[in-house]
Amino acid sequence: MTLDKTALVVDNNNNSTEVNLTGSASDTADMLDMTIGETVGKALLEDAKLNVRHANVFYGDKQAIHDISLDIGKNEVLAMIGPSGCGKSTFLRCLNRMNDTIPICRVEGSFLLDGEDIYDRRQDPVLLRSRVGMVFQKPNPFPKSIYDNVAYGVRLHGLAKNRAELDEIVEKSLRRAGLFNEVKDDLHKPGTGLSGGQQQRLCIARTIAIDPEVILMDEPTSALDPIATALIEELITELSEKYTIAIVTHSMQQAARVSNRTAYFHMGKLVEVNDTDSVFTTPQHPLTENYITGRFG
Amino acid sequence: MNVTSLLLVLVSIALLGYFGGYRKARALSSSAKTHSRPQYHGYLVALWALLPALAVLMAWTMSQEAIITRLVMSELPATAQHQSAAERSLFINQFKNLAQAKKSAVDESGVSLPNEEDDPLTNQAANRYLHWQERSQVARTLAVITLAALAIWLTLRRLRASFQARNRVEKIIQFIMMLSASIAILTTVGIVFSVLFEALQFFRHVPITEFLFGTHWNPQTAIRADQVGGSGSFGAIPLFTGTLLISLIALSVAVPLGLFSAIYLAEYASPRVRAIAKPVMEMLAGIPTVVYGFFAALTVAPLIRQTAESLGLSASSESTLAAGLVMGIMIIPFVSSLSDDVISAVPQILRDGSYAMGATKSETIKQVIIPAALPGIVGGVLLAASRAIGETMIVVMAAGLAANLTANPLDSVTTVTTQIVTLLTGDQEFDSPKTLAAFALGLGLFVVTLGLNIISLYVVRKYREQYE
Repeated sequence: MTLDKTALVVDNNNNSTEVNLTGSASDTADMLDMTIGETVGKALLEDAKLNVRHANVFYGDKQAIHDISLDIGKNEVLAMIGPSGCGKSTFLRCLNRMNDTIPICRVEGSFLLDGEDIYDRRQDPVLLRSRVGMVFQKPNPFPKSIYDNVAYGVRLHGLAKNRAELDEIVEKSLRRAGLFNEVKDDLHKPGTGLSGGQQQRLCIARTIAIDPEVILMDEPTSALDPIATALIEELITELSEKYTIAIVTHSMQQAARVSNRTAYFHMGKLVEVNDTDSVFTTPQHPLTENYITGRFG
Repeated sequence: MNVTSLLLVLVSIALLGYFGGYRKARALSSSAKTHSRPQYHGYLVALWALLPALAVLMAWTMSQEAIITRLVMSELPATAQHQSAAERSLFINQFKNLAQAKKSAVDESGVSLPNEEDDPLTNQAANRYLHWQERSQVARTLAVITLAALAIWLTLRRLRASFQARNRVEKIIQFIMMLSASIAILTTVGIVFSVLFEALQFFRHVPITEFLFGTHWNPQTAIRADQVGGSGSFGAIPLFTGTLLISLIALSVAVPLGLFSAIYLAEYASPRVRAIAKPVMEMLAGIPTVVYGFFAALTVAPLIRQTAESLGLSASSESTLAAGLVMGIMIIPFVSSLSDDVISAVPQILRDGSYAMGATKSETIKQVIIPAALPGIVGGVLLAASRAIGETMIVVMAAGLAANLTANPLDSVTTVTTQIVTLLTGDQEFDSPKTLAAFALGLGLFVVTLGLNIISLYVVRKYREQYE
């Protein structure tokens, strides 16, 4: 198959993309060679919670993120999809400076949370992370009791004045995470004794206990069974009433179910971002179309 | 044939067996698919050739001496039979020595020694001894080689295409592994029992209550009946408290220093610092303890004494504090190295979880990493403790021999291990209470360290349930 590469250069005003793709599923190698060009769709928003402009991230000499600009709106659920190694987790980890813990990682560009520069020298990453919480791929409850897991951040940041208040926050967070009824008699048993899905909901409860503004989720259900996954997805939808949520997922169905907007990443670039419905029904970029139709990735 | 050449022969027979099995299996595989690959058939034949023959060789070599001695003794005229046990063993030693001398003389010059000086009975016994020894060697060679050949023949005959050689080889290997494990266990049990029996002998001389609860230790006993000397007192309490005191001082040095350096190395140090500092710290454990002993006795002890005197305190020149401090330095690597390993092994995802909650590095270390690593840290500390309790050389050189019952670290105390060394050096009779006391002390020490190990196992298991 021969590809007219010029046809793939896409302008940012979208909907003028005309690409003739006559290739079959076996032509993935050619797909990866395609010029990605500018992001298509609706990357920028008005009155957004997070504004990212021209983000570049390097691991040593290797560039993992190439010039990504993206906004995340208030109380929005943004899903990030894309093949493995496309940089979506790296991008997510930039938003609460988790990449600071990796010595060889270098972040460039501007990241604003409510107009405040996340990477400003005066910005304390510790305080930032209490505003931008994170839930990880593998449930990681601390080696403590269920109660202490949820109380961990509350105690760190001194959010409860006394024991009664702490009890109240713990119970409220567990209820919001839909876990309270299952564990209310075992609050002082180790959190590591719960099932995988319960552990993940415990981690969510732990995150919302300190009342962050944004919650980042890095493939939160990839280690869980379908029932636990359904519970978490339901929870995400509920939480979006109060929080801004950015979720990385490998499951396109999940992205379609829980998110308002979907961003498709490819080889460290943001290919397309748009309302979830239009990404899945009328993708504008051929790479996005190939990915969501399962032709590669 | 001596054992070494016999072993060589056995190995070559086994090799032949391997090739025999291999070729037969190859031949079989040309007509039908064999269950196992030809190598396994070869291994099986070789193992069967080797193992029974080795077992016989070992059993024969170990028992031949006793059997031959018996044979020689029973052949001697009746006059030689009626001797006391002591005379008998003397006689056996004599003729064995003579036999040895004759043998080496033959080996060197090819002629046998003229032996006019020797008693004819001894001479006769030595000759018989040599005769039987020769016979035994020939018989042993024949038996072993025949056994190996027979085993090869029998195994080769059983080889079929459907023969499950691989499974059998794996069974045999499994058996060998089990045997190795049981040798280690049996040795431990053997040591415990030998110490136990000697200790029981000691308790026949000295009541166990006096040993356990007596507060006075003075093991000097009269060697001969007419000698004037102390009757000896064997109260072990001063020794065990001395050991405890020194170990406590050592641990109070080693645990904080070791733990802090482990946290620094694992969490804060740059990879370059870590790459240099960790091996250097581990070198502390490689310094011979006698060097630490010098250091304690010649540098630290005088320093402590001077400091104490300038503060108006009186310090013994062989102070507990000096020995304990230096021992503490010595056992730092036990704490730091193990703790460093377990801290580094705490999964990154737990750290990330804590950072993502807005915890600082030190909060993460205190609240998440140390609790998660606690079983390993406790294990390291208890290992260091048993090392401190069993340590001998530093305390021999620096802590002194005076069995004081004191809690003052500036006094000199003595430890269990030091006393064992002093009790067993010198030329006492081996069944006097003084020497036997060493075994009782050894048993006490063993019980203490065993107790520590059991506690550490318990702690580790308890926390592991909670934290993994």
